[in-house]
Amino acid sequence: MSAVPHRLHLEGLPRRRAVNRAMEVLAWIAATIAVAILAIVVFSVAQKGWSELNLDLLTKSPIPFSLTNAPQGLANAFAGTLVIVALATAMALPVGILVAVYLNEFAPASVRNGVGIVLDVLNGVPAIVIGIFVFGLLVVGHGQSAFAGSFALSCLMLPLVARSTMEVLALVPNSLREAGLGLGIPQWRTTLSIVLPQTIGGIVTGTILAVARVAGETAPLLFTSSFVGTQTNWNPHHALQSIPVAIFELSESPDPKDHARAWAAAFVLLLFILLASLGGRWLATRSRRKLAAR
Amino acid sequence: MSTTIEPTVKVETRRHPMPPREQLEKIFMIENLDAIYSGKPAVKGVTMEVYKNLVTAIIGPSGCGKSTYIRCLNRMNDLIPGFTQTGAIRYHGHDICSSDIDPVAVRRNIGMVFQRPNPFPKSIYDNVAWGLKVLGLKDNMDERVERALTQAALWDEVKDRQKASALSLSGGQQQRLCIARAIAVEPDVVLMDEPASALDPIATAAIEELMNSLKGEYTFVIVTHNMQQAARVADMTAFFSISRGDEGTRYGELIEYDATEKIFTAPSDQRTEDYVTGRFG
Repeated sequence: MSAVPHRLHLEGLPRRRAVNRAMEVLAWIAATIAVAILAIVVFSVAQKGWSELNLDLLTKSPIPFSLTNAPQGLANAFAGTLVIVALATAMALPVGILVAVYLNEFAPASVRNGVGIVLDVLNGVPAIVIGIFVFGLLVVGHGQSAFAGSFALSCLMLPLVARSTMEVLALVPNSLREAGLGLGIPQWRTTLSIVLPQTIGGIVTGTILAVARVAGETAPLLFTSSFVGTQTNWNPHHALQSIPVAIFELSESPDPKDHARAWAAAFVLLLFILLASLGGRWLATRSRRKLAAR
Repeated sequence: MSTTIEPTVKVETRRHPMPPREQLEKIFMIENLDAIYSGKPAVKGVTMEVYKNLVTAIIGPSGCGKSTYIRCLNRMNDLIPGFTQTGAIRYHGHDICSSDIDPVAVRRNIGMVFQRPNPFPKSIYDNVAWGLKVLGLKDNMDERVERALTQAALWDEVKDRQKASALSLSGGQQQRLCIARAIAVEPDVVLMDEPASALDPIATAAIEELMNSLKGEYTFVIVTHNMQQAARVADMTAFFSISRGDEGTRYGELIEYDATEKIFTAPSDQRTEDYVTGRFG
């Protein structure tokens, strides 16, 4: 230990400190860039859509080729997105939960890992591929419908819901499963009454994040639900307008007011996704902490 | 740590004299049981009987397969991937290891209390009532719950707050709740895997007392690494130890099984004597 004082002056120490400092600064810059991109996007979207960002956007229907200054909005797109995303959630949620329950509670490890990889691959499939798949499956010969759009979005949601449910199921302590089984209660019953209720917070979170993810998907809806009228419609048998598709269409319009409306719609969508993600994450931390405390 | 520690539990037997063994009904006949995790034997060649309405203790050093063994008795190990067992466990004459026996039915008769209290995240009342409800014992629910909680020596402490969360109870109370939950569904045998290892001496004494008072109705098998506890509660004691096989594999083995007095005062195997006198383990 007596040698230590002599070694306090290491050779090349200033250089090491400089490198350390440089790396720190680089990492800091990278992090700032990531935050800045989001800030710039939000800000410029808000700025460009500001003129059309009002209540009419949510309540009025669009007027095609309007020559007057009558107020118009994208009520049909907001209604359509609501219907399509709600239906997609209704389809993806039960299937996703069941997939996760099977994989985490009943399947042997080999199946769990195998299907887990399949879910990850499905998660990585480009939305447009899902879109064209559903187009071939449901639209050709039947025509477009919000149902078809919902089905396409539910394909995108399924792996997200299943994966996040698996994650929270894995956090439920095994001792609870053993407690049920030790009483001579069948495993499905223990899973349903003891294990699943523990995961509701996590499942809600995963679902919110999945909704946030698919609410902005455009490609699958272009194939499945894009030939639409301007009237607000809630019937999922018809093709319904949606916010992302409306943004896409308005951005191709020659009228600068349409552009502004597209930006305004984009801002609302962005805000929704942002809030949903934040809410979802907040719920996730809360339920994880609650589970971990046990 | 300079203060002297007063013993809070007197090391003395609370047991009643045991009838001659020939007169006792055998509830389990375990024959040449091997328990294997992914090819590695954890316990080898166990042959012993468990007698009805007695407390049977399993003692031995850490890693000797006590828990593995007791979990074989109600097929709790089925849940562990890669687990296999050979040999026979005859429960009232039926081999519960055979494939045509449903493990759920086995566990319905042979309940289990675990090392760490694991109450359901439900109310105190529902912890006991849920199993009853699911298993179809729905008549006189309140009475059944009260009876189980009384038997587990918990009733007086919780009777005024049965709707409170079970997680608000202390560790010892939670463990007694788990015992109440286990005996509420009227099993034949209650397996206890180190039920007091996470508890303080007072809670431990309460659990030992309740085992002693309930053994007229149930048969208890208890794993413990607390030898004094075995001496206090058990009528019969089985000593397990670690043996070495070929190529340095280690596995648990039943060394000696006899009346508790005999095990603790005049063991016939040197390894048992070394263990109970504290020279080993």
